[in-house]
Formats: sequence, structure tokens, C-alpha cells
Amino acid sequence: MDKLWLIIQREYLTRVKKRSFILATILTPLAFGLFFIVVGFIFSYEDGDVKQIAISDPGNVLSVSKLPNTKSITFTKPQKDLEGLKKDVEDEKYSGVIAIPVVKNLYDKSIEINYFYSENELDIDSKLKIEKSLGRFFREYKIKELGLDKKELEALEGDISLSPRSLLNEEKDTSMKAGVGAALGGFMGFIMYITVFIYGMMVMRSVMEEKVNRIVEVMISSVKPFQLMMGKIIGVGGVGLTQVAIWAILIPIISISVQLIFGFDPEAMNEGAAGMSGGGGMDPDDIQFYAAQVIAELQSQNWWLIAPLFVLYFLGGYFLYASMFAAVGSAMGDDLGEGQALTIPITIPVVLALYIMMVAVKSPNSSLAVWSSIFPLFSPIVMPSRLAFSPPAWQIAVSVIVLIATCIFFVWLSARIYRVGILMYGKKVTFKELGKWMFRA
Amino acid sequence: MNILSLENVRKTYDKHVAVDGVSFNMPKGCVFGMLGPNGAGKTSLIRIITTITQADSGVVLYNGEKLNQNHPSKIGYMPEERGLYKKMKVGDHLVYLARLKGLSKTDALREIKSWFEKFEIEDWWGKKVEELSKGMQQKIQFISTVVHRPGLLILDEPFSGLDPINTNLIKDEIDELHKNGTSIIFSTHRMEQVEEVCEFMVLINQGKNVLEGSVKDVKNQYKENLFKIDFDGALPMEAFAQTKIINQEGHSITVQLKEEDDSNALLRHLLQNNVQVHSFNEILPTLNEIFIRKVASSNHKNTTI
Repeated sequence: MDKLWLIIQREYLTRVKKRSFILATILTPLAFGLFFIVVGFIFSYEDGDVKQIAISDPGNVLSVSKLPNTKSITFTKPQKDLEGLKKDVEDEKYSGVIAIPVVKNLYDKSIEINYFYSENELDIDSKLKIEKSLGRFFREYKIKELGLDKKELEALEGDISLSPRSLLNEEKDTSMKAGVGAALGGFMGFIMYITVFIYGMMVMRSVMEEKVNRIVEVMISSVKPFQLMMGKIIGVGGVGLTQVAIWAILIPIISISVQLIFGFDPEAMNEGAAGMSGGGGMDPDDIQFYAAQVIAELQSQNWWLIAPLFVLYFLGGYFLYASMFAAVGSAMGDDLGEGQALTIPITIPVVLALYIMMVAVKSPNSSLAVWSSIFPLFSPIVMPSRLAFSPPAWQIAVSVIVLIATCIFFVWLSARIYRVGILMYGKKVTFKELGKWMFRA
Repeated sequence: MNILSLENVRKTYDKHVAVDGVSFNMPKGCVFGMLGPNGAGKTSLIRIITTITQADSGVVLYNGEKLNQNHPSKIGYMPEERGLYKKMKVGDHLVYLARLKGLSKTDALREIKSWFEKFEIEDWWGKKVEELSKGMQQKIQFISTVVHRPGLLILDEPFSGLDPINTNLIKDEIDELHKNGTSIIFSTHRMEQVEEVCEFMVLINQGKNVLEGSVKDVKNQYKENLFKIDFDGALPMEAFAQTKIINQEGHSITVQLKEEDDSNALLRHLLQNNVQVHSFNEILPTLNEIFIRKVASSNHKNTTI
């Protein structure tokens, strides 16, 4: 046990002290912060000079206050006719003129409004904003002119939503649940996928290096191969947890401080993003409403169950795959390319699990999702993605038991391959041979 | 008292028999040569002794005890394929390996420091292993092998890749360890080294031990009764009527006596005939000759079967 602890310490400390680890651990959140700054800067980018846009409104129906004045655009309504204003635009007194027509037929569905300009075309962002405000204005104008009742009209509107309500769970379901659950589940599943891959590969490479270095024979004259393998897996796992933990702390801190220091609000980015995607954009009110719902939904999740289970699946998945990677690493020779073929059977289930997870978050109770979250090679990635949808307790229990049992079995099996593999030099290893090693006394 | 005794040890890999019923005893405190051509099974045997692998059958006794968990810390093993963690600092690395052998941190530091003083390499402590030359790394490797003062030291081809200066340095250290009572196994295919330093030996070929005993006994067993005489004056040729003359040139003659012949009688005869004898030496076979003869004959036997 002492020796195992020594090995864990070495494997952990040598990696954590490495410059590349420190850089990656600190730079990644900084890169995130930088990304936010750059994105924020791009979306809040506005032309330095202020555009004056004149309104020609022969019917005199529109008041300027209905239009969205921004830092870069201001609207005025001079007492001139359209031709005069056009001339002013040519003389660069104004950037452009919006010509509000006199609405002859209130039943016209579309109203064409011209924007005359000489040099400065409207950017998409401003165009969308102006269209939206004008749309709102004409709606109100028509309601007034047609003498419609505003309340009656509002009654006609409104979303119809299908709210899934489970009869098995008494807790209140909201329509947000599916969306938030999918996002949360997908996030968890993806984290599992990334960590299993990165740190599993790290274990494999390190085992291979020890073998190529020939240090391994010195080591196993002092410790058992099993201790060496487990020490490495646990040590590297600790490195992974450290890195993820530091990120979990640093990324929010950095992104919050970036917002505070540079003073742009995420709403600006949201609006920008909405504008870019061509949608009408969301009202700030709507965003706040959704954000509140998302937060409420996140809070309603049973974190006391999800968090420990997530850690459990993380450990199970990590030990399961890392031990397989260790076995493969031990079978590899000096030639990395040759050994790469041996990793394929490990990477295929991981990748498959990722795809299944993507489907599972959309339909978390499909039989594919259920069975995959019990099958131990998939469950570490698929089950965490279903946890947000409160799967039945028996499924979680079966899945955890199967995972732990398989994990122990695979660690045992990998140790058997490992102890033969690390002493096998200069021989091309086939799967048949790996199979034989398992049964060697 | 034997520090190590093997009885009918056998180990197979798939269909290949690596160690085929090897038995020998190694007296405590001796330097013991384990000889054999490449691929004879020496490394497989060492791996069994160091508990890296287990024998399929047979018994290995360390100090009269069956090999168990506690023995690796009493054995120092320098494998032929050796290496260190390249990115680790020399001092940290040695402390790590020493602690894996069961030393406490303070003991490890004390022992390693004294070795560093001895080799005058104190300034290496904070260097990374990869910054050292190959010869320097070998020294570190040697320290790591003996730092826990093992009762049994196993050196697999210890001088391969060492320059003459470092070879002598390590040889001197081995001598000193031997004087302090460490039992040492030398595994090599280079006979002259065994002849120089070993008292006992075992010859392994194709997984079997074909020869075993003290180096002197083995040499005597294979002697051919050859004598070389340096002299002045005329030889009484009738004295050699019954003997085979192997070589004669100038004032030197090499003869092969029959086994029942008495070398003293020959010498007496020469002296009585007023031959001025400068030297009268028995020529013993070198281990190399015995090795080649033995290996060739056993290989020959195997191929004809």
C-alpha cells in the first residue's frame, strides 16, 4: 500500500509540476476569457461616427421616439419634403432618409418603406432593429385606425406548448425541463467523453514510455506490475481531477471578471447572436424570463443525487477505459504507429457512446438510451446525460452495479495483459496474443 | 549456507521453454557467475529470482526461505535493459527508487548523499536525468541498485556500454561490496569477466544448467594435463617418450601428460638430468574454452536427437 501511494505521488506530482500542465491549466481559462473579450468586442463593435437618419413622414403619423436611438444612429424628423431630404443626403447632411409612406389601404399586409442613402448603407444590425420598431409602430397604428380592441387581439395571440408531465414523478414538470435537461445532460456526457479520452491516452502513452525507456524492469523488481499500473492510473486520474477542478473555479471567475472589467453585458452578445442568425432577436424581457426559468430548472434538479452519481460514473468510466489503455500501452513497442491499431477497439465504443448520448438527450427514455445506459462501455457517457431527466431508480442502480463489476473485471484483465506486455520487447503484438496473455499463469 | 538455491526451476512461454529444470546453489557472500550464450534463459531465470515473474514449477529459496513479498527489498537488480525516468531530477529519482525498496525518506537521502560524495557527483543532484551522458546515467543506475544495501546483488551484463574508466570504477565498487559480505550474481556471456571476479559459476544453455560449481573445480574438471616448461640446456628426450608434445620452440616446451602420470616425476627427471628449469606451469583451460566446448557439444547433441 505504501508503494502504491509512492507511485501515485510520483505520477501525480511529476505531471502537475510540468510546465506544460501549468500552462494548459491556466491558459485554457484565460483563453476562454480572451475569447469572451474578443467576441464581446466584435458584437459591440460600432462605427465611430454617428449616423443621422432623417425621417420623411408626409402623413405625420410617426413620432421619432418610436425609433431605436443608439450610440451610432440618431433619428430626426425635419420639416422638409422627401425631395429636399434626398438632396440633404447627397450633400451629406444626413446619412439617409427613411420614407414613411402614407398608408392608403389599411388592409395591405406589407408596407414598403424606402431607405435612401448615398454612401452609408445600413448595417444589418441597425436594419433589423429599425424594421422591428417600424413593424411594431405600424401594428399599433393599424390597430388604432381600424378601431380594434387591443386586449382582444392579445387574447388571440400566445403560444401553445405541449407540456410533458410524468405520471410517475410527482414533481412539477415544466416545458423548460426537456431543454435544460438536454443541455445539462449533453454537457455532462461530453465532459466524460473528453476526459476519458485525454487522460486515458495519457495513461497509455506513459505506460509505453516506461516500456521503451526500459525503466519498467527496474520498477517491477521493486513493486508488483499491478501496483505500478494502478499507481499510474490513479495518479493520472488525480491530474485530470485537478485540472477539471481548477477549470471549474477559474473559468467562471475569469468570465465574470472579464464582464466586470470590460463592462459589456452578455445581452449585447445575445442580441448580436440573434441578429446574426437572422431571427427577429429576443426582447431583453424575454431573455430574462427564459434565464430565470433555466435557473429555476437547474435549481430544481436533484444535485444531491446527480453530483455524486456523476463522480461515480466519471471514476467508473475512467478506470474502465484507462486500464484498457494501459493494457494496450504495455503491448506497444517502440513503434507508435504500429500500436495505434490496437487502440481502435477502445476508441470505437467511446465514440459510439458519444453518438448514442446525443440521441439519448433527445429521447432519454427510448430503449436505445435505456439499454446503452446499462451497457458498461457506454454507460459512463450515456447515463450522466440522462440523469437530468430523472430516470427510474432501478435503471441507475443496475447501471452502477454493472459498471462497477465490469470496471473491476477490466482492471483485473488489463493487469494480466500489462504484466506480460511490459516485459515483451521487439515483437509485434496481435490481438490473439493479447488474448493469450490474459490466460497466462 | 546458501543465499540462493534453485531446485528444478521451470518456466515456459507459450511453447517455448525458457528455463528447463535448472538447479544450483549459491553460497552466501560469494561472487557468482551466471554464464550462457544469448537467449540461454539467463534473464528469464533472473526474473524468477527477482520475483518479477513466477516459475511454473520448482523451488527457489532465498536464505533458506521460499521467495515471498519481502524479498524484493533485499535484492538489488540491475537489468541489462536499463533506464531511468528521463524528465526526473537525479536526486528525486534515486530517492523514489530507494523508497520503493522500503527505505524511509531520511535513510534514502543519507545513503544517496554518501554515494554522491563517494563518486564526487554532488552537483548532479538537481539535474534532470536526460541532461546526463550515458556513462553518468549508468553510475546513477548502479547507485539505485545498491542504495538499499541488498544482501543479493544481481547484475545483468553490468559492463555493457561502459567505458574502461567507468568499468573499473564499478568493478572496484563491486569488490568492496563483496568484501562487505554482499552476495553478487554476475550474468554475462563474457567469460573473461567471470574468470576475473567470480568464485562460483553456473553455465546455462538452452534453459538447462550444463555446468555448476566453483570456478577452480570446473577448471580442474576440464583440465587436459597440459604443462609448459621453460628451460636452459639439453632436454633428455627419453623422458618424453611416453608423453605427447604439443608444442616445442626454442627453450620452451608444452606437453600433455597422461592422467596417471605424475608431474612431479617429470620435473624430478629433468632436474636429475641437469636441465635448468626456469618455470614449470600447468596450463588450465580458460572458461571460454570450456564454455565453447560445452555449448557446442550440447547443441550438437540436441540437433542430432
